[in-house]
Amino acid sequence: MDLQDLWFVLISVLFIGFFFLEGFDYGAGILLPFIARKDSERRVVINTIGPVWDANEVWMITAGGALFAAFPHWYATLFSGFYLALVLILLALILRGVAFEFRSKEDDPRWRRTWDWAIFIGSVIPALLWGVAFGNLVKGVPINAAMDFTGDFFDLLSPYTLICGLASFAVFTLHGALFLSLKTDGVIRRRAETLAQQIWLPVVGIAVVLAIANYAYIDIFDTVGVNPGVMPVTSAVTLLSVGYYLRKKQFGWAFVLLGLTILFSVATFFWFLHPNVMVSSTNEAFNLTVENAASSEKTLETMTIVTLILLPFVLLYLGWSYWVFRKRITADSPLEY
Amino acid sequence: MDALDLARLQFAVTTTYHFFFVPLTLGLSILTAIMQTMWVRTDNPVYRQMTRFWGKLFVINFAMGVVTGIVQEFQFGMNWSEYSRFMGDIFGAPLAIEALMAFFLESTFIGVWVFGWDKLPRRLHLASIWLVALGSNISALWILIANSFMQQPVGYVIRNGRAEMDSFGDLITNPNVQVQFPHVFTSGIVTAAFFVLGISAWHLLRNNGEKRDFFLRSFRIATVYGLIGIVLVIMVGHTQAQHMVKTQPMKMAAAEGLFDSEDPAALSLITIGDWEQREEVFSIRLPRMLSLLSYNKLDGEVKGINDLQAEYETTYGAGENYIPPVAITYWSFRAMVGAGFLMLGLAGFGLFLMLRDRIEGPKWFLRALFYALALPYIANTAGWMMTELGRQPWIVFGLQRTEDAVSPNVSAGMVAASLVLFAAIYGILMVADVYLLVKYGRQGPVEDEHDTAPASPDTAAAAI
Repeated sequence: MDLQDLWFVLISVLFIGFFFLEGFDYGAGILLPFIARKDSERRVVINTIGPVWDANEVWMITAGGALFAAFPHWYATLFSGFYLALVLILLALILRGVAFEFRSKEDDPRWRRTWDWAIFIGSVIPALLWGVAFGNLVKGVPINAAMDFTGDFFDLLSPYTLICGLASFAVFTLHGALFLSLKTDGVIRRRAETLAQQIWLPVVGIAVVLAIANYAYIDIFDTVGVNPGVMPVTSAVTLLSVGYYLRKKQFGWAFVLLGLTILFSVATFFWFLHPNVMVSSTNEAFNLTVENAASSEKTLETMTIVTLILLPFVLLYLGWSYWVFRKRITADSPLEY
Repeated sequence: MDALDLARLQFAVTTTYHFFFVPLTLGLSILTAIMQTMWVRTDNPVYRQMTRFWGKLFVINFAMGVVTGIVQEFQFGMNWSEYSRFMGDIFGAPLAIEALMAFFLESTFIGVWVFGWDKLPRRLHLASIWLVALGSNISALWILIANSFMQQPVGYVIRNGRAEMDSFGDLITNPNVQVQFPHVFTSGIVTAAFFVLGISAWHLLRNNGEKRDFFLRSFRIATVYGLIGIVLVIMVGHTQAQHMVKTQPMKMAAAEGLFDSEDPAALSLITIGDWEQREEVFSIRLPRMLSLLSYNKLDGEVKGINDLQAEYETTYGAGENYIPPVAITYWSFRAMVGAGFLMLGLAGFGLFLMLRDRIEGPKWFLRALFYALALPYIANTAGWMMTELGRQPWIVFGLQRTEDAVSPNVSAGMVAASLVLFAAIYGILMVADVYLLVKYGRQGPVEDEHDTAPASPDTAAAAI
């Protein structure tokens, strides 16, 4: 494997980490108004992700930085092309992050309700738009010979990409419900468990629609034929088995398996995309690929060495921080947020 | 305004706003860590209260810095795609390393610190705030390595139609970052010190009974911290200016309003110029002082704008304007230096009062310190305006012009829309942020169960 492919894999890993970790953060935010009615309940929900949401978001920032360093053309085309979509994501993330911090620092119920809305909207928008953005990467968007995106915001919205957005939204919501069932106790835990059981079937429904859409709207059939391969099949099987563990009330296993669904879905996505990084719907010759979008060997080598040195430490202390905050949160826990 | 102007304005707005929070994070993380260290070492509960109180303000400010920082990581690609294509090979690396080395560290341990008061042994909890401080300041180092490449490009070759990395070692040991990072690091210290001084002064003016001891202690720590900081800022700033005379003489000429080369060169105290005609109209100047500051001797030529323009036309191509906006570069330089020397005076006088045990003596001084809260913010903002505007028309000095760096496919309408949205949200958040800072700043330290519980009767008595 050459360095360009290695970096393609590393960026996939960063996005997998991001969607797995921020996935349940977004889910918790989306479920906030439904699962927690009283203020004390809302505080419990927010405090489950309180110590970790910031670090989870860093996976996305690191993915952005890695795109810039390893594939500057991918970074430039994607970010300038999906301009307004990214503005919306940024505004949502700004509001959401501040809302976590500010919400409980004032007693006025209107103040708190306003920030709760910010958390909800700030979670819904990126949960939807990340799916839309990734859908556009595989489906292809108008890109010219200078590697510049030539469409507009509404070119990004099509039936296929909206299905992708709905799918990411649905999976993150379920992921959030499962996370809350493991991190809370009492009434919130029961609501989260019931909700997870209720929304599993709709999530599967959307996943089936997405699977069909993959064949209908993009030329996946040409590339993979009848046998879609190990990764998408695993992601389907794991999603289906989530249903079994939900019925058995083994929510830990359900969480692990849905985590695997996310892992294998994102991996499938990047596997289908390779060796392209962005598909041009204008002309196949204008596709951005791991070769023509990449940085020089020198830069990739340097970044590989730096990453190999740093990443083990990062993973170690990230894991440790989850271990520190492993206990379930209740209204009696000391609540910082 | 066309797309270029709007994109520049958007960068200015989002970056200035972001940097409103960053220096306080840099300096107050360290100061909070120092306070907590004192608590762990002495067991005196007042230091725990100080850690809690200043730490709470720190966390409110930190959140704003984090969320506005996400925009920074994305907007090079969004608004400056040509820049990203041309410079990404060398400029992307420090940004990615910043995320990997610093963002993970600070974001993980801020969570551990804020939520870990009851979950961790004291020393481990103390270590987490030091790691936040380390992460924040390492983050500053990497972004300044990236910025230094724009001021003084090193370690690259032009190949395949772009700037490619030639030496990573040269990139990270850029002579520019060696003076720029210490300047930013120490201005973080100054910002935090004046933040603590301003709020402490406000409380001391009200002579708040039991809070008095708390704020006197905070005041003393901040005075020492701030005086060290401001002396270093000025010293490093001087070195930085000498470096600028060598590497970006045009920026220095603009910052001094110096139109024609001089040997020996005089230092401008105030210059009123006809910026369009590139002529001086009126000035008060100290003879030979600019030469002295530039070269440590009483003579030596400092080049003026007009000569540099002629020189750059030979080097970079005739018929182009290589002059930055002179008036704003000149005045922002003066605002920064002026605010800096004012802070030096205030911190120095603070130490003088401290030595004589008369901190609460002159009321006007406490009032002045409260208003001086604005000074570090003025200096920080003006400093960056001078640095970035003084480099124009270049985005990377000598390599790429700002007008060639903008995204060709992002229309003026799109930038205008996003600019309005950012400005609106940023405006609202600023109100909420200031509201909370004022609320908690006024309230002062609060007794929580932790402050009283672990303290033994002896230490409690010692604190009184």
